[in-house]
Amino acid sequence: MSTVSLGMPALPPRGFGNISETEPFPSYARRELQNDQLRANLRHATHTIRDKRLRVVSELPDWEELREAGSAIKAEAMERLPELLAQFEEQFTARGGTVHWARDAAEANRIVEGLVRATGSSEVVKVKSMATQEIGLNEYLEERGIAAFETDLAELIVQLGHDKPSHILVPAIHRNRTEIRDIFLREMPGVDPELTDEPRRLAMAARAHLRRKFLSAKVAISGANFGIAETGTLGVVESEGNGRMCLTLPETLITVMGIEKVLPRAEDLGVFMQLLPRSSTGERMNPYTSLWTGSTPGDGPKDVHVVLLDNGRTRALADRHGRSALHCIRCSACMNVCPVYERAGGHAYGSTYPGPIGAILSPLLTGVEAEENKSLPYASSLCGACFDACPVKINIPEILVHLRGEDVEARHSRPGARRLPSQFDLAMAGASWAMSDGARMGLLERGLPLGKAAAGRDGVISKLPGLGAGWTQSRDIPAPPAESFRAQWAKRAKNSADPHGIKEGEGK
Amino acid sequence: MRIALFATCIVDAMYPRVAQATVEILERLGHEVVFPAGQACCGQMHVNSGYFPEALPVVANHVRTFESGFDTGEYEVAVAPSGSCVASVKHQHALVADWAVEHGVKGADSTLAARADAVGARTYELAQLLTDVLGVADAAAQLGSYLPGTITYHPSCHGMRLLHLGDRQRSLLASVEGLEVVDLPEAEQCCGFGGTFSIKNADVSSAMLADKVANICGTGAGACAGGDASCLMHIGGGLHREKRTTPSGRPVRTVHLAEVLASTREKPLTIDGELALAGTPGGAR
Ligand code: SF4
Repeated sequence: MSTVSLGMPALPPRGFGNISETEPFPSYARRELQNDQLRANLRHATHTIRDKRLRVVSELPDWEELREAGSAIKAEAMERLPELLAQFEEQFTARGGTVHWARDAAEANRIVEGLVRATGSSEVVKVKSMATQEIGLNEYLEERGIAAFETDLAELIVQLGHDKPSHILVPAIHRNRTEIRDIFLREMPGVDPELTDEPRRLAMAARAHLRRKFLSAKVAISGANFGIAETGTLGVVESEGNGRMCLTLPETLITVMGIEKVLPRAEDLGVFMQLLPRSSTGERMNPYTSLWTGSTPGDGPKDVHVVLLDNGRTRALADRHGRSALHCIRCSACMNVCPVYERAGGHAYGSTYPGPIGAILSPLLTGVEAEENKSLPYASSLCGACFDACPVKINIPEILVHLRGEDVEARHSRPGARRLPSQFDLAMAGASWAMSDGARMGLLERGLPLGKAAAGRDGVISKLPGLGAGWTQSRDIPAPPAESFRAQWAKRAKNSADPHGIKEGEGK
Repeated sequence: MRIALFATCIVDAMYPRVAQATVEILERLGHEVVFPAGQACCGQMHVNSGYFPEALPVVANHVRTFESGFDTGEYEVAVAPSGSCVASVKHQHALVADWAVEHGVKGADSTLAARADAVGARTYELAQLLTDVLGVADAAAQLGSYLPGTITYHPSCHGMRLLHLGDRQRSLLASVEGLEVVDLPEAEQCCGFGGTFSIKNADVSSAMLADKVANICGTGAGACAGGDASCLMHIGGGLHREKRTTPSGRPVRTVHLAEVLASTREKPLTIDGELALAGTPGGAR
């Protein structure tokens, strides 16, 4: 890993939790590709949001400047992270809140459990949060007898379905309405047995179910979209209003926030409140924005806590080529435009963070050399659609390539690796030898007629051995020409009387 | 103007006709084409697969080969009939050079990054060169380009997103006499090639290709044109495997922008002995 030398003996600790692939991406994706229903759901959903996003983004003449501004603010925040976090802690504490620091998932879970226990409650309501998904908080609490109820409709569907989210904004994107009705009928206590799959009826059923929880819960757990250092303010942006209920009704509010979410100034929000809703839901403004600063007697939760979560973030920060992955504001625009995500679906990435951002963030948090996420940096054709869409201009393709380099390097520096190169290693080494010298290329190209001979009667190659088999599973290869361009050019130079001495049609 | 041709490895070894067409176009416009003999490959396959140590000699060879001609004034600019290779020369070479210095690779050259940038700054993709440098807006008028029939066009990712080619390639095609360019649905979607991605994630790549092939065939065009031989090899391989034909029953093929532009009334583009777009609607305007 290319690290900034901070005079530390070793790299910061690795993150863990729900941020590791469960099986190599290619094989998981192969299975998911066979699920036609999933592909149809995904295609429909991503294309709808994608088109909406394009429409509202094109309304803003200064969109590119906004992206620049967002990117610059995030870069500044990463640059000044320790200082900003200290300032945030000071301000948050001064306004009656309590700050906790968690090095990793386990520590964060323990802190939250302790806080819930201290209230004497064994039930909590939850605002949709990536951070708590990342650390597996629901499962952790469940195992210890504390029930955590998701209140975001999509999260509720995922939770009732004993499923995993597959998209960061639309966690149940892989489900259709009929599946959702079936889940509600099976899992929702007291649900109307006549429930249909009409969206309004489904929403009403969820609403009735959730109302009971909102009114009885004493403790709420949330994530945070932003934490403002200057004022110690936390902010959550959402669409359904369930978050607002959780953030205001209970007596105790516990927020788990990744340390990278800190913004220097309150005015910075102006940029992100334009970038985020347009990029994520394709709306000009999101329906609910809740900001809270400490506690206010007689208004909202009395007891406010924030758990500042590292879980691999300082590690990612130490990688100067990869650190901008931490700029991510979790808008999901990159996954909605990604052709690979559209076909493989979110579960294939194994992590809470799927799609292009997941393919870089998960390995950065856990460390590439740990091999846990080693197939993720390759889960992209590097088409660049994600970079174009990202509101904070994270150069995802470049970071993917950087991580591939780290992966290859880590693999090669393992004991014995040099003695046992893979088929791919050999191919790459051979190609490097041939392609770093024009004369060698020319010599090799004299073998082209052999390829022509290997082609079938219709002039193509339909079956290749070894590595090439992946290619020929769905594609033919044209038979190579009898002569390379290099050779043709050399002839032409020799016989300059005939400047157009190359017969047309050669090389098909 | 004297122009250096970077044929790219795939064109050199698999599609010499594309390099030949590029030469023809430039000579027809009155320019002189030079082929720097030491050239081999831009190295993007190695870079994109994470094999930086193996990419280094490939990159160094490219920089060495092309810079000498710039330095001696043998040619003023370089051109390649491939957006992704040009993007690699422009954006990846300096990164690889920096990587080598940072990692203390034996023989790493601290001047390489700056030299790579200098070569990159004078290297153009074909449509970029024609439009921005040589001022060709109407291919029929200036090049005598002529090809009867209907074609559709796939803008490859790297040309579109890394080089910001915009509608340069498409406008050049549209200005060819006799040629009707029909819109490709979801044109901006990746065809699924992605270099070694097509091997490492063969299933996802194939699914992407299937959609691209279906979209192309849905247009009814006689062929799909593009500016990147590698994407075209991928798409063409899929069309051939699926035995896709036009409504008139002839195979749907892929052709390179350079070949279309080089096609004239006297010597129209032929594939397997027949007119490239034979039997498709369109025709002389
Ligand atoms: S990487 Fe960019 S586009 Fe993707 S979720 Fe994060 S902010 Fe949004």
